[in-house]
Amino acid sequence: MVGEETSDEERAELRETLGLMDPIHVQFSRFIVNASKGEFGISYQLRRPVSELIVERLPATIELVVISALIALITGTLLGVYTGINRKGFLSDFVLAISLLGVSLPTFVIGILFIYLFAVILGILPSFGRGEVVDIGFWTTGFLTVSGLKAIILPSVTLSLFQMTYIIRLVRAEMMEILQTDYIKFARARGISENSIKYKHALKNGLIPVITIAGINIGTLIAFSIITETVFQWPGMGFLFIQAVQFVDIPIMSAYLVFIAFVFVMINFIVDILYYLIDPRIRVKGDTASG
Amino acid sequence: MTFLKINNLSVDYQMRKETVYAAKNVNIEVNKGEILGLVGESGSGKSTVGNAIINLIDEPGKVSSGSVILGDLNIHENSESIVKYRGNKIGLIFQDPQTSLNPILTVGEQLIETIQTHLKLSKEEAKNKSINLLKEVGIKDAEVRFDNYPHQFSGGMRQRVVISLALCCEPELLIADEPTTALDVSIQSQILELIKKLTKERNLAVILITHDMGVIAETADRVAVMKSGNLVEIGETKKILTSPQENYTKSLVSSVPPTNKKISRFVIVEKENKNKKENNIKILNRWSKKEIINQDLVEIKNLNKSFDDNFFTESSKNSVMAVNDVSFAIKEGESFGLVGESGSGKSTIAKMIVNLFKPSSGDIFFDNVCITKIKQRSELMKFRKQIQMIFQDPYSSLNGRLKVKDIIAEPITLHNPSISSLDLNNYIYDLLESVELTQKSADRYPHEFSGGQRQRISIARALATQPRLLVCDEPTSALDVSIQAQILNLLKDLQEQLNLTILFISHDLPVVRQMCDRIGVLKDGKLCEVSNTEDLFLKPTHEYTKELLRLMPKIESIYN
Repeated sequence: MVGEETSDEERAELRETLGLMDPIHVQFSRFIVNASKGEFGISYQLRRPVSELIVERLPATIELVVISALIALITGTLLGVYTGINRKGFLSDFVLAISLLGVSLPTFVIGILFIYLFAVILGILPSFGRGEVVDIGFWTTGFLTVSGLKAIILPSVTLSLFQMTYIIRLVRAEMMEILQTDYIKFARARGISENSIKYKHALKNGLIPVITIAGINIGTLIAFSIITETVFQWPGMGFLFIQAVQFVDIPIMSAYLVFIAFVFVMINFIVDILYYLIDPRIRVKGDTASG
Repeated sequence: MTFLKINNLSVDYQMRKETVYAAKNVNIEVNKGEILGLVGESGSGKSTVGNAIINLIDEPGKVSSGSVILGDLNIHENSESIVKYRGNKIGLIFQDPQTSLNPILTVGEQLIETIQTHLKLSKEEAKNKSINLLKEVGIKDAEVRFDNYPHQFSGGMRQRVVISLALCCEPELLIADEPTTALDVSIQSQILELIKKLTKERNLAVILITHDMGVIAETADRVAVMKSGNLVEIGETKKILTSPQENYTKSLVSSVPPTNKKISRFVIVEKENKNKKENNIKILNRWSKKEIINQDLVEIKNLNKSFDDNFFTESSKNSVMAVNDVSFAIKEGESFGLVGESGSGKSTIAKMIVNLFKPSSGDIFFDNVCITKIKQRSELMKFRKQIQMIFQDPYSSLNGRLKVKDIIAEPITLHNPSISSLDLNNYIYDLLESVELTQKSADRYPHEFSGGQRQRISIARALATQPRLLVCDEPTSALDVSIQAQILNLLKDLQEQLNLTILFISHDLPVVRQMCDRIGVLKDGKLCEVSNTEDLFLKPTHEYTKELLRLMPKIESIYN
């Protein structure tokens, strides 16, 4: 916040106004009180209120995370079901081999490979940024322009890969286990069609644990988005955070971390409610086993 | 008139190294309106035959030869067409009602789907049909229960739902695979009555697969006995049970604990011990044998135990009294039986006596010392040494990663850390031989043993600390009858020679009759009555006891 020609008096005055001379516990309790009101102070580097910066960057990150989560969940579940049902076969082995790559390759390597392939060699997708965005008052969206839509493809696919492979393996294991259970055997013995057994009886049961994982996933996606956003110069919160780290911009870092913690708690809360709605065994309590 | 005809049916499991024959050239015929009992011990192939009829064998097994003729249809002609007979012509009921219904679909959804798969009915018609079916199998408020999920039904009700599902498309053949094994006696008799009633009313052909000779005696018209994939004998139930021709059938029948009298030992026909005479129990010379004095070894006073739902919330509201004001005493050297249905609190009492649970209130005296009030660990250890437990499931009660000798050595070294390794080894060998296992078993792992042998290891482990009281929690209910007979004989011998006091917990009344001097009957955590075994069986006083005795399947009923 200070330049070369700032005088010693001005520096001292700034320290005083920022409250840096107070004892630690005073500083900390002030932080708690302000944070509870949603005020995280002023960015040292950008000299603007942190909450304003976060709100400005939030849409970019949320859009990226939502798209990646959808890609991860939908493709992950589809491929998981496929590999769980067709346990042997070329395609299943292929998907599982690829999923191993997805788990083990770091996000930034995949990101850079994608940029090299699609942006540099093929030149069909942009390598950085959000493209043109449309401001609709409280939110800026890239979904309404062609360049915005093109821009989100690479980062969202990159971000989703790790989670997707994880979901594939989870769904596959669940499906294989459930297809061995007695109630599936009993359904077969009643002559229920194979399709109904697989996609109605087995899949519904198999998705219950996926919901838990998906909840934690979305939190992890936000956290992982720091790397993806940096690789693709995506103007989201993760990118803001990395910049803040470089300049030791503590107000931004603390605001970001508090925000992430809040998101995690909220998502887990929503997951618990979803669980309650989906699994009848949790829903009805108290009057079990009557009659 | 023969309705179902199974000709030379064989089922193979192609393994990497060898082919396992789960069923070999089985020939069975079943008539309409008739219940055929299919009995055998575990691994005899009885379930395999049941599943093979509708070609529902798990990979890598397959029906390798033979044909199944249903009426005038050869249903095994091609493997595709069998699917349309499942549920439609043939209904199947599985053993465990807890797991055979899809937990996240309502009973109604599962019924309607099954009906609409086979019959051309609208959703409304299917619903009406389902509700009528639910009523027929004895479910009250069928209209409301139609929309319930499986977990909202109790075990017996769930089995009724399973039966309604198996029957909803009016099959002519019903295959019931151990339909009552997971149920209590009173529920069992209801379900068996229901199956009998439906057989008559709908003129069904029924194959009842079970290991329980009592069930067979009371329900089946004819019996087929199987052993390791082969059909041993088939014929009228009465003839098979009273004058069996084959040796195997003879030994099977003689292993069944009689319900109408007490016998001193079970006769084991098949492999009678050659050295029966010198059946000495080797640990006897190490045993500091207590003289039996006529006094109470265990005394239980006003014992209560409730399981609270949660420490913080709902503590009083939802607490279930698992044990409610129970008092009884066990004399030194006697066998005391505790019987009751599931949830009656019998296992909870056992666990409190061995100090695995703390009672909510009440006292347990052992040798006139109140063990529930002991605070010091070293004091408690003295009692732990004298009270040992044998658990129900021989598969999960032994640590699979330890060798048998380490399993048995653990309690010995715990109570006697200074024992020399030579002495320890000899002691382990003596213990193993006392439970009729070879010394070689010491160096093997539990998974190399059969269920009965594992239970012997459990007994050896329990005897290692030279206890005075042996708590046996359903020690034989996971075992086949012939193995059960051997284990019960062993327990009797050990008790006689070592002056053990035994608390024997079981749901199986005939077994308890053979094993116990006195019996306590539990219901919903309350003790109904305590009396001498013969008195209890001949002139029970409590209503509940009378009911239990009336309902238990009796193999002797065949004589009537």
